[in-house]
Amino acid sequence: MNAYAKYFVKKLFWYLVTLVIAVSLNFFLPRMIEGNPVAMIVSQMTKGMTDSDTIKRVYETFIQEFGVDKPLWQQFLIYVQNLFTGNLGTSFGLYPKKVTDILASAVPWTIGLQLPAILVGWILGNVLGAVAAYKKGVFDKVVFPVALFVNSIPFFTLAIIMLYVFALTLGWFPLSGGYDFQMIPQLSFEFIGSVIRHHTLPFLSIVLVTIGGQAIGMREMSIYELNADYVLYSKLLGIRDSRISRYVFRNAMLPQITGLALSIGTMVGGSLICEIVFSYPGIGTWLFTAIRQLDYPLISGCTLLIALSVLLANFTIDIIYGFIDPRIKASQMEDQ
Amino acid sequence: MKNSFNILIKSPKFMLGAGIFIVMLALVLIFPMINKKDPLEMIALAFQPPSSQLWLGSDNFGRDLFLELMYGIQTSIRVGLIAGVFATVIGLIIGLASGYIGGIVDNLLTSITNIFIVIPSFIILILISVSINSRSSLVTAIIIGITSWPWTARAVRAQTSSLRNRDHVHIAKISGHSTPRIIVFEILPYIASYVVMAFVLQTASGILSEASISMLGLGPYNTISLGIIMNWALVFEAPVAGAWWAFIPAALSIALITFSLYMMNTGMDEIFNPKIRS
Repeated sequence: MNAYAKYFVKKLFWYLVTLVIAVSLNFFLPRMIEGNPVAMIVSQMTKGMTDSDTIKRVYETFIQEFGVDKPLWQQFLIYVQNLFTGNLGTSFGLYPKKVTDILASAVPWTIGLQLPAILVGWILGNVLGAVAAYKKGVFDKVVFPVALFVNSIPFFTLAIIMLYVFALTLGWFPLSGGYDFQMIPQLSFEFIGSVIRHHTLPFLSIVLVTIGGQAIGMREMSIYELNADYVLYSKLLGIRDSRISRYVFRNAMLPQITGLALSIGTMVGGSLICEIVFSYPGIGTWLFTAIRQLDYPLISGCTLLIALSVLLANFTIDIIYGFIDPRIKASQMEDQ
Repeated sequence: MKNSFNILIKSPKFMLGAGIFIVMLALVLIFPMINKKDPLEMIALAFQPPSSQLWLGSDNFGRDLFLELMYGIQTSIRVGLIAGVFATVIGLIIGLASGYIGGIVDNLLTSITNIFIVIPSFIILILISVSINSRSSLVTAIIIGITSWPWTARAVRAQTSSLRNRDHVHIAKISGHSTPRIIVFEILPYIASYVVMAFVLQTASGILSEASISMLGLGPYNTISLGIIMNWALVFEAPVAGAWWAFIPAALSIALITFSLYMMNTGMDEIFNPKIRS
């Protein structure tokens, strides 16, 4: 087995362990509530319903789905088995819709919003941070406190302010949703235009906050690298500045990539709340609805899906990182 | 200690951060003593704009938003501090144990830490909050604390395991000092500056977490926090009603508090790690 395959297998193993733990947490944490969870949920759920037949039907669906009459470990097995067949249960709030169907309709929106936003924010933030560290002076004095302030604004706060200023006061962008509600999703210019107009504000608010955090990290890493001995040495050797800055950028960039892997969970969480502010038809908005209706299967489906995608994103970054970082390559060689 | 304190005072970033934080804290602690009204009392019509009586107008229930804001900042800071203490202490204990003991314990604790760094703490926070029916602000704070320790644990472990092999620790071991004594006197002083910084950061992220979780409607009950004010504003559609005073002051307060804490942290960072001073 070559060095990279070894690295890959090791990472894969740890991510599988993490996956098992994430799934178990998703199952066991909500079941730590005392009493029969289904009875409790159903009683909360059915407060508004007067039709006793509906109550009974809801109740039976859940007895069957969760197998609450069986011991906990058996319930867990049922849960895992259901996961493998892609069955996440039936939603309370939108009974009798399947959770999987709801999530499937929401995923494209969330990915379409968050993936580009986080990547663009990350790239812009890193460039800005590196330039601030390199130029110093006024540019740094302005960029740094601004970035720090933007970074302290929670994602959703910026989202609300942008919603108020650009959508409500100025009326440049629509207030909520993923497209104009009277339209039917189709491949026409009108529909795509509508999607883009609805996409702009949530996209910008995620990008801006991401830039702040990344710029701060990159600035610190670059200053650290700029003070390193090899920079001084290269300068004394008379190597051109542009070349040195390339070395510095490369070295400062590597920790930023791991940084991206580690902060992606927080970013996804923040962006989900952004969706709520704009009532964007993604996972975040469904989670918000589910929590308000105490729609337990949907909440659990959302959290599981989010945990899974964050794990997947981390794994991908780790695997790419193994290719890029010479130090990891070196340690792979040593292992042999 | 006294020496580092003297340098800290000279750092403009630290002083700016500490200044903002202390002024805010003083304001929210003193104001409720002067204005003893109940913040939850409905005294006006819904969404009244700011005026000389209601400095920040009224919310959807006709309550005085300025008074609510004072109590909200208080709760948010308290939640942040408690969460910060829990996260720092748990992270410190796990990091010290893992770094100092080494071997199997280290492998095990490091794996656990890495696993919980990857699983979004946000998710665990939601799962626990959904399960607990009566959440006080203390419970929320503790939940935030116990979901955000892994960062501190990882950094403390890295520093402890390098300190463990320093000469002064070896000498203490040979002199027959007990392990707790070695940890307290030979290791802790070297990571103290880091721990203080970690605490400040954890407090800031605790305040942000509280705001996020309250936004989702999973915040503490029977209290007012900045996140809860924002949640009310959103649920009762204050933006659509054009009532900017219902959410912008709360939003800016969150940003200002976290900004002041980040500033303090950056100031300390520049002092304790002279290499990154620009």
